[in-house]
Amino acid sequence: MTPIYLDNNATTMVAPEVLEAMLPYFSQFYGNPSSMHSFGGNVARNIQRAREQVASLIGASPDEIIFTSCGTESDGTAIRAAIESDPDKRHILTTRVEHPAVKNLCESLAKKGYRVTFVPVDALGRLDEAYLYKSLSDDTAIVSIMWANNETGVIFPIQQISQAVRDRGIVFHTDAVQAVGKIPIDLARTGVDMLSLSGHKLHAPKGIGALYVRKGTKFSPFMIGGHQEKGRRGGTENTAAIIGLGRACELAAAHLGGNGYHRIRQLRDRLETTLLSQVPKTRVNGDTDRRLPNTASIAFEYVEGEAILLMMNEFGICASSGSACTSGSLEPSHVLRAMGVPFTAAHGSIRFSLSRYTTEAEIDAVLDKLPDIIARLREMSPFWKPAGQVPVQ
Amino acid sequence: MWEYSDKVKDHFLNPRNVGVIQDADGVGEVGSIACGDALTFYFKLDENGRIREATFQTFGCASAIASSSALTEMVKGLTLEEARKITNDDIAHYLGGLPKEKMHCSVMGREALEKAIACYRGEPEKKVEGQIVCECFGVTDRDIERVVRENHLTTVEDVTDYTKAGGGCGKCHDRIQEIIAGVKGIQILPKKKPEPLTNLQKIKRIEETIEREINPNLQKDAGRLELVDVDGNRVLVRLGGTCAACTKSHITLKHYVEAKLREMVTPELVVEEVHS
Repeated sequence: MTPIYLDNNATTMVAPEVLEAMLPYFSQFYGNPSSMHSFGGNVARNIQRAREQVASLIGASPDEIIFTSCGTESDGTAIRAAIESDPDKRHILTTRVEHPAVKNLCESLAKKGYRVTFVPVDALGRLDEAYLYKSLSDDTAIVSIMWANNETGVIFPIQQISQAVRDRGIVFHTDAVQAVGKIPIDLARTGVDMLSLSGHKLHAPKGIGALYVRKGTKFSPFMIGGHQEKGRRGGTENTAAIIGLGRACELAAAHLGGNGYHRIRQLRDRLETTLLSQVPKTRVNGDTDRRLPNTASIAFEYVEGEAILLMMNEFGICASSGSACTSGSLEPSHVLRAMGVPFTAAHGSIRFSLSRYTTEAEIDAVLDKLPDIIARLREMSPFWKPAGQVPVQ
Repeated sequence: MWEYSDKVKDHFLNPRNVGVIQDADGVGEVGSIACGDALTFYFKLDENGRIREATFQTFGCASAIASSSALTEMVKGLTLEEARKITNDDIAHYLGGLPKEKMHCSVMGREALEKAIACYRGEPEKKVEGQIVCECFGVTDRDIERVVRENHLTTVEDVTDYTKAGGGCGKCHDRIQEIIAGVKGIQILPKKKPEPLTNLQKIKRIEETIEREINPNLQKDAGRLELVDVDGNRVLVRLGGTCAACTKSHITLKHYVEAKLREMVTPELVVEEVHS
């Protein structure tokens, strides 16, 4: 069964053009870019081209791009670099809705004696900016705030926040793993000092990421070794994946420049509004005015997410859930809890995330199957009282 | 993705006996929407006191629905005495096993069955027995003791898999460990909170740590650390030897000296450099 793949915030298909660009670097152009011979040197030139492609997508200059192995490595490198280059500062500021790559690192640093502020969000997932600014101090080593949320797609006003933080002389990092390639980003117009991105979220392969470090930002490497990446990240380059990431960024730029991203938004909106009108007691999680065009987090009240996912799985529909049972933890996602989504809704929240490869037919298939699935599960639920009765708590 | 047995999948996708028995002889409700799963179990007896009909309504994941469905099939035709002997392990076994993390679904089935039988016998709704240990999921010491005994559990993680206790904030992990030890007949001495140090003791220990641990290490690189003063939890030091000229000395101070003193003396210490 060909999957109906609506889980693109988890990972994406490698674009055919990306795969094609990569393949020669496994068998044909396998030289080491650090070598003195031209067989390796040619690879180095193409890596430089990939660096330009990545930089161009986000409005950076090529030597501000460091290739890493993934988004998590980029996040960790950025935060550690900031605190290590300013060891007297013992305060870190982040949000309550970060990806585990930032959240768990900050929690671990808190155990080591750092003071960490987790800025709250409101019921729509919008950042409490007043709280953020109030919490900054001369002791703050870094502010790390995601560009867009992976679960709800809510976009934070990074342009303004980063400017304000930078004006205070504090390093600003953003985990933009979900934003890059989905919405236009121009770092020249922001105060962002460091930005993380990940290849496999934008149709490049897994195992490649990048960290943008603004010129003049104090930096110390996380992976210490050879002189690769100008000594900022040791280790022989993952050449094929870097070439792939470059090509993927070029394709993403074309996609953002064309009408591709409006088409994704239309598909997403059709999915969302139809589900909301056909299935009672259903709501959208997050601020619908400032959201990634591809993400819909929908709460189906009085049913449980894992059960929905597994029933959809029977029809080849792939999505994700913020419910407890799917994550292996026993509580619903920290993002939905931070937003104060009631338990009746949090346990039944499903995230659909589209890509430029999503088709009308795939959306139709979901709309065809999902209302029946929800109805079936609600019939089984002791909390569901149909036909106008108020469900019991 | 969870590895569910074919039988779990079958009972989830084709659940048996879903619904309500309006004139049920016994009804048992467990769980809550906040906890993420809940089950209401109904049964009706025949003239010989055997379960003629059993139904359920469940809010929860695939294994919760499958466990409920399995339970209704297992109890059919049994007397209440016989039904009462069903354990959570029997339910899991009937389903061809459950992932370890999902064993609490089978425990929920057993609890609902017991409640329904108690309801039939007119036994008063039991007040929460024992003391709440896990506040996140409302699990008592009695509940934990029972699953530990019946399922031969040995770790806090096991207890979380079977009852959810300890799966939220994690504050009750020590208490769960004590309960496990209690069931196994091992005595655990409560962790003693260290007595606060007097100023004199604190200074002595700081001096000892610098002399015995820190300086021998710094001396390898011809460096040296001198204690200048202790003011509350501020430890004032002066760097000597190669350290004095080293551009990375602030890193050594925070990441090595301070960490070491916090470990050996008290975690509140802050090390500050005094320039002579």
